[in-house]
Amino acid sequence: MDITDLTIVKALELMRNKKLSSHDLVVACLKNIKKYNEKYNVLITVEGEEKLLKQARVADETDYSLPLCGIPIVLKDMFSTKGLKTTAGSKVLDNYIPEYDATVVKKLKEAGAIIIGKANQDAWGHGSSGENSDFGSTHNSYDFDRVPGGSSSGSAVAVAMGMCLASTGTDTGSSVRLPAAFCNLVGIKPTYGRVSRYGIVAMASSFDTIGHITKTVEDNAYLYEITAGVDPYDATTVDVAVLKYTQFLNRNIKGLKIGIPKEYFEIDGIETEVKNITKEAIEKLKSLGAIISSVSLPYTDYAMSCYYILVPSEISSNLARYDGVRFGNDRSKFGDEAVRRMMIGTYALSSGYYDAYYKTAQKVRSLIKKDFDNVFNEVDVMVIPSSPSVPFKIGEKSTDPVSMYLADIFMCPVNIAGVPAINVPCDFVSKLPVGLQFVGPQFKEERLYSIASAYEQISTNHRS
Amino acid sequence: MIDVVKVSKLAKLSVKEPMLSAFKKQLEDILEFVSKLQKAKTENVMPTSQVTGLVNVVREDEIDVSRMLTQEQALSNAPDSYNGFFKVPFIWT
Repeated sequence: MDITDLTIVKALELMRNKKLSSHDLVVACLKNIKKYNEKYNVLITVEGEEKLLKQARVADETDYSLPLCGIPIVLKDMFSTKGLKTTAGSKVLDNYIPEYDATVVKKLKEAGAIIIGKANQDAWGHGSSGENSDFGSTHNSYDFDRVPGGSSSGSAVAVAMGMCLASTGTDTGSSVRLPAAFCNLVGIKPTYGRVSRYGIVAMASSFDTIGHITKTVEDNAYLYEITAGVDPYDATTVDVAVLKYTQFLNRNIKGLKIGIPKEYFEIDGIETEVKNITKEAIEKLKSLGAIISSVSLPYTDYAMSCYYILVPSEISSNLARYDGVRFGNDRSKFGDEAVRRMMIGTYALSSGYYDAYYKTAQKVRSLIKKDFDNVFNEVDVMVIPSSPSVPFKIGEKSTDPVSMYLADIFMCPVNIAGVPAINVPCDFVSKLPVGLQFVGPQFKEERLYSIASAYEQISTNHRS
Repeated sequence: MIDVVKVSKLAKLSVKEPMLSAFKKQLEDILEFVSKLQKAKTENVMPTSQVTGLVNVVREDEIDVSRMLTQEQALSNAPDSYNGFFKVPFIWT
């Protein structure tokens, strides 16, 4: 067995019983990196081997009491790492070496984690397939010709290919959940304000959330206990108690009320096999005692218009700082997608248009958020597919506008409302992964971990 | 009709043809799509700028040395510097 198949929890247990060393883990991860990284284009930067082995040695000299002692982790390249190149997937930052660590990076390091490398991604987070990286697309490990999902593309593939035991990502409109779904992994999109954004390259500041990707729900909950929490360096983090999320696993979900949003299924655009798998999953949840009902999100129809005004506007503001004077290269190095989003945002915010576009979109945001608040007065969680299709081929963006619309609808409204959501592996269609998404109320991630854990045990894909 | 030249100037992006015309079309398509926002009834709705409901998050006005970069650190990624200063393109025209 490849020891990189181990979960974090299992690896720690083995290390604490002297049956495994951090050195073993690091060597195994580096082996997989040597084997696959160039072909699959997963990591932009790999930390030096000597440095990594030294960190493993330090870990192996302890009693492994730290929560992530000696565990190899990959970070999405939007996370500032002191002394280690950070590009956000863009040529504008291809020579940028931060002088400080992001708060989440600091937390992971203080927990004993070993940072193996920085993952490839859609530049600036702009994309949901991985194809918009300025360094070339990452490939899906299940099918080289297919996308791994994005924008945390490299993060997902790094876990899938054993280059690390877990990875971090950001989710502004799909970017942790979709790569997790396309790569058969568990990905959490936290409540906005639950995890610090300090030191992480900002895309849309009122939408960005900081998540992570793991093989199992338990690993995911375990990591969340470390990354979640208020941060004085990020004024948008909320001081809500960080629970021991791992204690909410393996629970009985009898009586749990699950809502299926009707507007997401009314439109005929989900691939037949994906629809069948999702229906089967819902039946499985019913067999566990969950109560399924139909719920409504009436403003769904306005969600994407709202999103495509607010997000580019915030992008245009956040990318204004890249002037090539204090760091990085000049603005001519921006890729087309970044330019397009900055242009839309600048226009929407400009004099004469601000009220019609940005302010109106903010009001519609209130209406969409209210939809979610209302639904969670009726049910405990919602279940939706993560994608209307299986991972598509690189270069072959869907020509079906309905499918593209649904792909957005299943992901973005969650970010508009700021609520948490988690992807769990569901099943395979022609050997391609299909994920299932649970959505919950703000700051109720423990509920998501409970239902995700319950579903994981009975899903076709049960791995742990 | 979008004045793409003006927008690109505001965004400090120098976009040339043929990208300029391509962007003009793309922007117009996207704005056509989002114009449906106008149909929503938003007369008495408060705008949401952020979803946490936090207001006035403040801290003491005190220097935190652990948060400071030294001059060397601050300049470490500068493409051009002089005597401990960033060198900036000449802006008088």
